[in-house]
Amino acid sequence: MELTTILFYLFSVTTLGAAAVMVFSRNIVHSAFALMFTLIGVAALYVLLYADFLAATQLLVYVGGILILILFGVMLTTQGHSFSFKINSVNLIPASVLSLATAVLLIFAFTSTEWTIAEVSERDDTVYELGMMLMGDYILPFIIAGVLLLIAIIGAIVMATRLTATSTEG
Amino acid sequence: MIEGFINNLPMITILVHAAIPLTIILVYALVAIWGERKIAGFIQDRLGPMRVGGWHGWAQSIADLLKLIQKEDILPKDASRFLFRFAPFMMFAASYAAFAVIPFSSSYIGSNINIGVFYLLAVTSVLTLSVIMAGWASNNKWSLLGGMRSAAQMVSYEVPTIATVLTVIVVSGSLNLMTVTEMQSGNDILGFLPNWFIFQNPFLIVAFIIFFISILAESHRVPFDLPESESELVAGYQTEYSGMRWAMFMLAEYADMLLLSLLGAVLFFGGWNSPFGEFMGGPAWGFFWFMLKGLLLVFVMMWIRWTLPRYRVDQLMHICWSILIPLSFINLVLVALWEVIFN
Repeated sequence: MELTTILFYLFSVTTLGAAAVMVFSRNIVHSAFALMFTLIGVAALYVLLYADFLAATQLLVYVGGILILILFGVMLTTQGHSFSFKINSVNLIPASVLSLATAVLLIFAFTSTEWTIAEVSERDDTVYELGMMLMGDYILPFIIAGVLLLIAIIGAIVMATRLTATSTEG
Repeated sequence: MIEGFINNLPMITILVHAAIPLTIILVYALVAIWGERKIAGFIQDRLGPMRVGGWHGWAQSIADLLKLIQKEDILPKDASRFLFRFAPFMMFAASYAAFAVIPFSSSYIGSNINIGVFYLLAVTSVLTLSVIMAGWASNNKWSLLGGMRSAAQMVSYEVPTIATVLTVIVVSGSLNLMTVTEMQSGNDILGFLPNWFIFQNPFLIVAFIIFFISILAESHRVPFDLPESESELVAGYQTEYSGMRWAMFMLAEYADMLLLSLLGAVLFFGGWNSPFGEFMGGPAWGFFWFMLKGLLLVFVMMWIRWTLPRYRVDQLMHICWSILIPLSFINLVLVALWEVIFN
């Protein structure tokens, strides 16, 4: 077997296994750490597709940013170690119907689509082309996304300062 | 059998290639731990380790290592088993993986990928997670507090680090650290100074100062060692660890110091370029100069550790968010303007 094929299966198994642990774990912090393995596995799969920039972005944004925020939230809201989910099955029938329908839909979409498998072309300069496209053809969506994030940040700051202001007054 | 060996040859080449930074890290860690104790000794007007091995206690780190191997590997009763055991290895793996894009000499770089420094920053962000993992899995309040502090600190200081790295990238126009180093060859500035980025542009000196402060915080060194501050949190996230697992944390910490110092050497001090132009150039001398620059920065880090007291948590956040981040962004714009006007 080719080295890349072995690596592909290795990372796929890691991704899927960690995802399963994340869903079935009774401990919410264990779920969060399992999510980390899933995200790293997906990043490795991006590397195998020659999408190096995307892989590094995945690591930096999801693993280094969002996951840390999730862990912060989880650790501050629960009592850490002793907390575990109560696994009660609620809404058993609607949930199973919905998930079955989703599964059928996904399998149907997967089997009925004609997948064109592109030859993997080895390219070594994805960053330059990405930068050119973001500053050229896609400048408007790029700027709109930036403004949207800025609005979100300003909103968060306003909310946070209002909260601390009232708490110090009262 | 021989055919199988030959078919596996690329794999063996990859393994050998990947093991070179590991060797460097291990040798460096032995020297640096001994060096730190000697430097601490001299700064505090004492001798430091003097006995093991004869000359100035040079074998002290080896003796410590042998002692650590014999220690019991203690697992706290209510700790989360897998995460507790896994965290030290993940921490070292994250800093070791980042060495792949460091150009140690003009003829050796682990992986000559185009996104070089971006990959380095992405991979080192996993370090934060491993600290949180160790802190939480220990099931100890000191450890958890240390982990939380570390998360807040590293997420915050990542911003000025990335902003200052970006200023250098604006000047160099490439994310590949090998290309960045090659651009700094030659001695043209004022007729004798090497073409290192720190001499090319006055705003890059400011960028270097911000970068150095941020890497001190990112590698948990004094005055920013709040995640493991001995006097208030025992040892932070390392409190429950013993024996070789604790040694892995120390190794990762020293590897991280070297990594960030070498990154500083590449970005601002010309990497493997000799300060005398062609004189003492070439791959072997390149490795010598590169390690010398990196180790000098490591020495400054140690020097600061034994000179300055520790900041408070709120001061730490104030320095980052109100001073370093605005300054680094203004600096980024100024560097870009300088590039537009003068080049």
